[in-house]
Amino acid sequence: MTVRIAVIGGGIVGACISRVLSRYEDLEIHLIEREVDVGWGSTKANTSLIHAGYDDDPDKYPVRASFCAWGNRLWRRWVDELEIRSNWPGDLVLAYTDEDIEMLKTLLRRAERNHVPEVHILWNREEIRRLEPNVNPEVRAALYAPSGGQVWHPVSATIAVVENAVENGVRLHLETEVRGIEVRNGEISAVDTNRGRIEVDWVINAAGLYADEISQMAGIDEFKIVPRRGEYYIFSRDAYPKVRRILFPAPKPWTKGVVVTTTVDGHLMIGPNAEDLPEEEKEMRETTVEGLEYVWNEASKLVEKLPPRRGIIRSFAGMRIEPKPKPDFIVKAYDEVLGFINAAGMRSPGFTSAPAIAEYIAKLLRDRDVKLVRKEKWNPFRRDIRSFREAGWNERERLIENNSLYGRIICQCELVTEAEILEAIRRGATTLDGVKFRTRAMSGDCQGSFCLHRIAEILSRELNIPLWKVRKSGAGSEIGVGNVAILVGDENEES
Amino acid sequence: MKRVDLDILVVGGGATGLAAAAKAWELGIEKVALLDEKPIVGGVLPQCIHTGFGLHYFGEDLTGPEFSYRLEKKVLNSGVEIYREAYGMELRYVKVDEKVVVASTSKGLREFHSKCVIIATGARERQRHEIGIVGSRPVGVYTAGEVQTLMDLYGVMPGREVVIVGSGDIGLIMARRFAMQGAEVKCVIEILPYPSGLARNIQQCLIDFNIPLYLSHRVVRVRGGRRVKCVEVYEVDRNLNPIPGTKKIIKCDTLVISAGLIPRIDLLREAGAVLDPSTKSVVVNEFLESTIPGVFVAGNALLINDLVDYVAEQGEKAAEGAVKFIEGDGFPAGEIKEVVRGRNIRLVVPQRLTGLGEVTLYSRVGRHEDNVVVKISELNFERTMFRVKPSTMLRVKVESSRVKESASSKVTISVEPKR
Amino acid sequence: MERKIICIVCPVGCEITVREKSDGEILVEGFRCPRGKEYALREITNPMRVLFTVLRVRGGELPTVSVKSSKPIPKKLIKEAVKKLSYMEVEAPIEVGDRLLENFMGTGADIIATRKVEKRLKDL
Repeated sequence: MTVRIAVIGGGIVGACISRVLSRYEDLEIHLIEREVDVGWGSTKANTSLIHAGYDDDPDKYPVRASFCAWGNRLWRRWVDELEIRSNWPGDLVLAYTDEDIEMLKTLLRRAERNHVPEVHILWNREEIRRLEPNVNPEVRAALYAPSGGQVWHPVSATIAVVENAVENGVRLHLETEVRGIEVRNGEISAVDTNRGRIEVDWVINAAGLYADEISQMAGIDEFKIVPRRGEYYIFSRDAYPKVRRILFPAPKPWTKGVVVTTTVDGHLMIGPNAEDLPEEEKEMRETTVEGLEYVWNEASKLVEKLPPRRGIIRSFAGMRIEPKPKPDFIVKAYDEVLGFINAAGMRSPGFTSAPAIAEYIAKLLRDRDVKLVRKEKWNPFRRDIRSFREAGWNERERLIENNSLYGRIICQCELVTEAEILEAIRRGATTLDGVKFRTRAMSGDCQGSFCLHRIAEILSRELNIPLWKVRKSGAGSEIGVGNVAILVGDENEES
Repeated sequence: MKRVDLDILVVGGGATGLAAAAKAWELGIEKVALLDEKPIVGGVLPQCIHTGFGLHYFGEDLTGPEFSYRLEKKVLNSGVEIYREAYGMELRYVKVDEKVVVASTSKGLREFHSKCVIIATGARERQRHEIGIVGSRPVGVYTAGEVQTLMDLYGVMPGREVVIVGSGDIGLIMARRFAMQGAEVKCVIEILPYPSGLARNIQQCLIDFNIPLYLSHRVVRVRGGRRVKCVEVYEVDRNLNPIPGTKKIIKCDTLVISAGLIPRIDLLREAGAVLDPSTKSVVVNEFLESTIPGVFVAGNALLINDLVDYVAEQGEKAAEGAVKFIEGDGFPAGEIKEVVRGRNIRLVVPQRLTGLGEVTLYSRVGRHEDNVVVKISELNFERTMFRVKPSTMLRVKVESSRVKESASSKVTISVEPKR
Repeated sequence: MERKIICIVCPVGCEITVREKSDGEILVEGFRCPRGKEYALREITNPMRVLFTVLRVRGGELPTVSVKSSKPIPKKLIKEAVKKLSYMEVEAPIEVGDRLLENFMGTGADIIATRKVEKRLKDL
């Protein structure tokens, strides 16, 4: 008998849950996402880190403490299986004061309890410098966690996970918003969406910033999600000096602090700050002068030198999730509403923990008598779009030989070719952001000012829509308002 | 990788590159090729549909596409091979008569082995993050070149209510363009206390269309979810910092950034050419040769120019230099004079003189001044000028003999008040 | 009557003052060349501008062709001119200099193509 499962939320948590559950027979999995593409909520803009796991206090916050290091281990395999761009430079938590040093010792203890491998404290400035030449020379000690890593972009990682889940049978519903959850006789019976009703036996709430609202729809009102904004700066690839490791300050209870890292594709990035916003402002992803100043000042403390300000090519803000009353994950099934599972409150280290949470959810289902039998033909592998930029010269020749559109460079800053953009569209990109997160186009120094119109032209052609109607992201983000005559000509003219 | 052997390779098919290629052919060089990254050559000219091009170069007042077409025809009628949709990815110096450029084309990678290379890759525009505009990142924030491409190449109307940042000519021209196509242009915002574009453009772009110009103001913040909804504008003080309490909210759906150009010199930088931070480009001699022997740079890739006539002139100069280089198998080593920036000179090209070629100095002042003398003291050069301003390039020609005769190892260009 | 205008004929942009004396004589000051004087006088009486805009193209490599008026037309007609031209669609191929419209709106000026547009080859 097929068990029907709705996973609400196509962010990294929902994606990982879908992928893990797609391993099993007789499950009909619906991944429901209200945006035009996956990963555009809280997943969209965070520091992209795969944390090592020494930061979470196992006594106070046992749930996230147990999932972080486990997630880190799982990610190591997943990034290979799914060809997710990543690297593992290791974390350096830097101490400048006595308090900081005490904190490092605390982190070391936590690392041991959370089974984080190879974490140790360096007391010798020279040793720290060898690991990180650009470290602030006043550093007194540093905690080194070699298992710390990062992905190029959390949306790109989410796309990879979802592609694999879909290949293994998960049904992806985009632009589908859950309006209600039907509970009959204390059991889940269906979800109501703007595109109709889906009958399901299980609902897994991975709705991120809106998980509190979804949970309330099912009659479970235990937590609130407070939006926590974090701002970032990204520098040009030509801006130096960069860093070799992922640099952290000694953490505070509410935040890991402003991080300095060099992204997987070679741009220095600094951020985030942590500003809690009112509940109504879950979409307020604006950067602020004060927030960015704070990020700059805090980041300056970690390094000997930041690149000059004119090397900044982008600032952005992301919205993280902060669950209240307790800053810990809420991952459980409920007796009051059978068939409802919360995978909510995924504050930091939410991204890192996502694969582990997914495995845990499988266990929760099994504990509740859902038969999980592994499929014989489950494909763990997903191939990324072949990147021209990352290929060596010989491979580039071969790519062009097989597909001449690999010879047409559209995004010069990031060397993205027309072949890759077309493949992104074939894989589901319908917007400029969708192309961006699948190919890295428009994420370089000019931020799309040279290639936006060329990518839009390709989208217009492939999707058969007028050029001005091509959207950057969701509805209302069309690049133009009509053809060039629309404001002077006859309104009845066709575009 | 297919190898192509050349005498001169021109990278970039805008006005500079087209002029350079045409000139090289005219001077009798046989194996000349031109690479351009787009399917249609001309650089930005095809989208500059207004007049004002070619007054010096052709003696006529042409539109951008007409100017570009004339140059393109010259090249098409020559034996220069044009590679369209070809992107130069790497530049390497092998030896004095061999430079390699690896380019991606839809027919495959090409390795061009050329005696000389002329880099004419133009510039890119500064975008909003590079001028510190915070807030949301909705659709509707474009650079001036982007909206011009959208409107005048692709026939897309980018928005209805427009605010323009930057009173340089490009910003003023787009203000007019929008107004002519029926958009409401709310204002042009300029951070300095004076406009940077030509007075005639203030007249024909702003005054003619009743578009207000707010000097000493800057856009600090953009608001809007999916699309721009409004911008927050502040008055600025002498240090260009926002003055608290002067915030104005201007409703708009489009924000056009015209905040300056940055030369595109990745190929040169990665090949190790010496840079000049004041031009944001490379150091060159009077032949427009960079510090990589036989690699020449011209046009906006060398320094940001005001007039297309100058970029074409520089393209030709680079071609002349390349031809001389080929004939002489390189330039003879000798004493190099350094060009020094004197009083009120913010940048000058060339930065080095061999004394072997005619010198045209292209320069910009740092600040407005009236009634001045432009001086090159070591060469006994003086020119009175009624007004100098940063947005108008100074162009000074000096004969090579004067340079050679000067005993000094330096040549200082400065702007002094007229006594 | 006194009016200050900026001449747009060449990049110098002379600030020209046109003044009417009490006896009806018109004085023009501030120009650096005869074209400037001519421009200033005309600007006061019947300002003219070269029109440039883009027209839609059917079947071309690009969806638009840039055009200009062969000579300046009365400034007050520009708005309507752009409106009228917005209805037009031209078929590719188009050569630079093609006369797309003659004696546009009775001004004596033609509408000339300033950009070449090749015919679009069908994509295979």
